[in-house]
Amino acid sequence: MQRNLLQLFYLLSAILFVMGLRGLSHPKTARRGMFRAEFGMLLAIVGTLLHHEIISYKWIAAGLVLGTLIGVPMAIWIPMTAVPQRTALSHSFGALAASLIGISEYYRHGAALGSLRVGVIGVEVMLGSLTFTGSLMAAGKLQGLIRGYPITYKGQNVFNLSILAGMLVLIAALMFIPASTAAFYSLVGLAFFFGVMLILPIGAADMPVVIALLNSYAGLTDAAMGFMLDNKIQIITGSLDGSSGFILSILMCRAMNRSITNVLFGAFGKVEEQAAGSLEAKRPIRQCSIEEAAEILGTARTAVFVPGYGMAVSQAQHRVREVADVLKNKGVTVRYGIHAVAGRMPGHMNVLLAEANVPYDELYDMDQINSQFPETDVVVVVGANDVVNPAAKRVRGSPIYGMPILEVERARVVIVCKRSLAAGFAGIDNELYYGEKTLMLFGDAKETMVKLTSALKE
Amino acid sequence: MIDLGLIGDLYVFVLAGFLGYQVISRVSPLLHTPLMSATNAISGISLVGSLVVAGAGYNEVSTVLGFVAVTASTINVVGGFLITDRILKMFRTGK
Repeated sequence: MQRNLLQLFYLLSAILFVMGLRGLSHPKTARRGMFRAEFGMLLAIVGTLLHHEIISYKWIAAGLVLGTLIGVPMAIWIPMTAVPQRTALSHSFGALAASLIGISEYYRHGAALGSLRVGVIGVEVMLGSLTFTGSLMAAGKLQGLIRGYPITYKGQNVFNLSILAGMLVLIAALMFIPASTAAFYSLVGLAFFFGVMLILPIGAADMPVVIALLNSYAGLTDAAMGFMLDNKIQIITGSLDGSSGFILSILMCRAMNRSITNVLFGAFGKVEEQAAGSLEAKRPIRQCSIEEAAEILGTARTAVFVPGYGMAVSQAQHRVREVADVLKNKGVTVRYGIHAVAGRMPGHMNVLLAEANVPYDELYDMDQINSQFPETDVVVVVGANDVVNPAAKRVRGSPIYGMPILEVERARVVIVCKRSLAAGFAGIDNELYYGEKTLMLFGDAKETMVKLTSALKE
Repeated sequence: MIDLGLIGDLYVFVLAGFLGYQVISRVSPLLHTPLMSATNAISGISLVGSLVVAGAGYNEVSTVLGFVAVTASTINVVGGFLITDRILKMFRTGK
């Protein structure tokens, strides 16, 4: 009887989770939706605490308190620019929990589980362990603890695929000989190792895809844990999370015109030597001063800001909004054009601009803004590079060829705010900088925006 | 022998996946970051499995592993929901 009641609690939680995710279809309904999901979580936890097998609350209470003490600061104090690495860390925590519970299950029952159940545990522990170390690696790269560019070596793909095959062989072996602890713990070790190896060759620019993919793995891990414990709420939640991460990775890949295999095995972001060599060493560029830029912006009718990762690095989002405010006071129509892979995770730029009090109805995605560029007087590119590189449309040999871009060139004037002429994360030169409509405004994004605001006010 | 429990679980998994696909496809691209932190938060449901392992007193190893798992899952639940709300609060219209 009590068991059935618990299952009903879980069913209600599952419904509330789905309603919560549905709320995210619009910013207006999003918060209300999340309150429902929170209530669902509370129901599931309280219901579980009444579980008949629980005999002591000592360790449970300790874990809940410690987790809250770590979780709250991670949510409240971190800057919005650090949300990508927080997300990656969160994937690793979830995966760690799943992996440890899998180990506990095997330790407790061992061969008594039978081949099918051991197989399930094997898959669960493999997914959990590789997602754990993989997500830690991703978080390290995003935080800058590990260098962001791809680390590649000869035979890398063959090596990684062999580890994957090795893990699958070990799972099969476990199913034949469920009592083999050696096979089980080798599987755990190999999976930890595989997670590291999988993220090693991935460059910073590919992080939006990889984070989404790890999100999907974390979901699948949760679902696998549900299979292992025969717990439907975990299967449902894991499946929802898995499909969410999967959809996001597909969207990100589409925004870069690449396939998931290419992201995982292609080592994007590696400097393409032949591409760099084929470019003329020095071509003329046109620079402009702050005053000139202010003059152009102040007399425009419409202006579009195109933010990129550079804006996040220099924390310039508030200063960009201040420029926009002055322009709006002068009667200029201001919009923001946002590329899906600008930044380090899906939706990164939207969050930063929202943090700077930019109303979300001024944020336009690529399809919406591209049709408006021909009627735009000025585009200001702030810290974006590859997502506005016309080589994606014109240069067949380019690593980003075919990637849909923000067609800023179609506007009357393009002002590019940039630290120097260095190449973007794809390691390729940007033709936009040499275009006849382009004016380069060199300097740190934040400082430039501050100067621009005061120049506009004069 | 076919394990009927697992087959039932498979039904749930596949259908929830379809449901997820339908629901997530309609999420506004504006909110992709809070979507990720929200899925982080609900993935903390691994807490329910961890709670039992930490509290059932199966053996010392399981209890310790369960304790770590409870801690890790709680970080996701608490931190995930808090940051999702923090992000969502920032999205405003101009009018």
